[in-house]
Amino acid sequence: MGITFRKETFRDDFTFRNSPEHIRRFPFPFHEDAYMYAVNIEPHVVGPRGSVLENLIDVDEHYVAEMQDRALVLAEDPLRCQSLPHMTLAGWDLLELLMEQQALGYPEHFTLTRDGDRWRWINRPLGIDDTFTFGDTSTLPYGPMEYITRQSQGDFCILDQRDGNLWMDAGMVTTQADWSLDFDIGMNFFEWHAPVPLAHEKGIFTRALKFLTNIQQGKPARRLNWTMTINPRLDTSPENYHKWGPDRTTVTPENVGDKVHLRVELQSFWRLPRSNGIVFPIRCYLIKMDELVTQPKWARRLHRVIRDLPEELATYKGLTRYRPTLVEWLSKLDDGSATSPGFGPD
Amino acid sequence: MAAKSIISRPVYGTLSPQPGKHHLFIADAEGALAISDMAAKAPAGFFDGAEIDFIPGPDNKHVAALEALRPAQFHQAPSFASLLPRLKQTLGNAHMGLRLYLAGTEGLIGQAMQVALEAGIDHTSMQTEHRGSLARRMQCVHCKGITENVTTQPSTCSHCGLLLLVRDHYSRRLAAFQGVCINAEDRSEIPPMEEAFP
Repeated sequence: MGITFRKETFRDDFTFRNSPEHIRRFPFPFHEDAYMYAVNIEPHVVGPRGSVLENLIDVDEHYVAEMQDRALVLAEDPLRCQSLPHMTLAGWDLLELLMEQQALGYPEHFTLTRDGDRWRWINRPLGIDDTFTFGDTSTLPYGPMEYITRQSQGDFCILDQRDGNLWMDAGMVTTQADWSLDFDIGMNFFEWHAPVPLAHEKGIFTRALKFLTNIQQGKPARRLNWTMTINPRLDTSPENYHKWGPDRTTVTPENVGDKVHLRVELQSFWRLPRSNGIVFPIRCYLIKMDELVTQPKWARRLHRVIRDLPEELATYKGLTRYRPTLVEWLSKLDDGSATSPGFGPD
Repeated sequence: MAAKSIISRPVYGTLSPQPGKHHLFIADAEGALAISDMAAKAPAGFFDGAEIDFIPGPDNKHVAALEALRPAQFHQAPSFASLLPRLKQTLGNAHMGLRLYLAGTEGLIGQAMQVALEAGIDHTSMQTEHRGSLARRMQCVHCKGITENVTTQPSTCSHCGLLLLVRDHYSRRLAAFQGVCINAEDRSEIPPMEEAFP
């Protein structure tokens, strides 16, 4: 039995919804009633059945709609997908990884057949059946990174490792939380994180870089990050900030449950075998407040986290304008009782 | 001197004579003074293998002082754009061991560094010294247009007209600071424009 892919939109009429099963599997990012940065990196190993970690590359009911939204973004702005000239081999590494993982996790939807360098890739949800020569870019309709990331949920950054640092030298970035690949491409790990407040002083990036440069093949790692988005909009790029920014002024006590979304990034980190690069998929999950608060523990905990968030973080995450309205709305769902440890719903 | 801020914001040093036979200086306006100051510390014969490319600016000052250093080549250019073809050829033909010295405004240092990076020179090997105006080169993140000589905060994009916050976030590849719409959420909010980068 395969996934039933939803027909939905992430713009204009915003018909995106989570099914009840997908609400339960949402990767809620708070394991306690407060939040502060930490180097929260752990091994990326398979998790429980029915969770977003059941497969290391997760495909869910939003797959087809997300790929359609990506195609719309790229048609408007091709600079969202860029690869510096030395990154083509890493693109082939990524193509192999994503084809293998998607075919392994979802054989009813994806099939990869290999005969030496002659590969056949069948993607049934998107109606693709292509045969190509691995390593020969002329046999694909796009470069290898663009080809496979037009068929994979989440943003992808490919990092080159040299001089003891990681360099953002290629990426497909259409569902980002307000950062620009076009501006940041070519920067090293500290440079592209430069605008993040508080974390540099805490030594977060120095420790994270040390961890990431030591990642080994076959031993990926992961972490969760989060922010909030008004309306289920995937493309919250700085490029289009003047178009989606006004959404933040539209939150009222009546529409909080429908408009305000928790946006969670499942970031994973994989060593690539031929290029020795690191690929950094940033998989975005959205859930509206009405859906999230169907789990009472999450409602109580989110109330406490948002209420007590340090001001710098609230500003950086763009919550300032609607935080009081959101906290007031959530407070009615918080009876003050204790929350159980861990991320999952009760 | 530019104030210290976030990590992507460039930090400039003081020019000092590097070992080697071939030295290329690129400077504008008061950047000439950085070269003169460095020359006082340079060993005899240092400028025998040096080229100085200089963009004096409207008042045409400092030309005589640089010529007096008697570099092997002295080239005076009216603008960075006019210098660019020559600079690309010089860097393209350069041998290993060429030393690069960039001095003057941030816009000049950034654009010269951009050309040198494209020629394969590592940015950490370049000597830089900031002199003169703090005016910034800014890329509008929305329309991608570059606005030169930005001195105010916020600043209007010369291409699309949006009112932009000039961030400290800097791209060496683009040789530009990032400009992001300052009133994207509510266009009726118009913060006062102040002279921030004189």
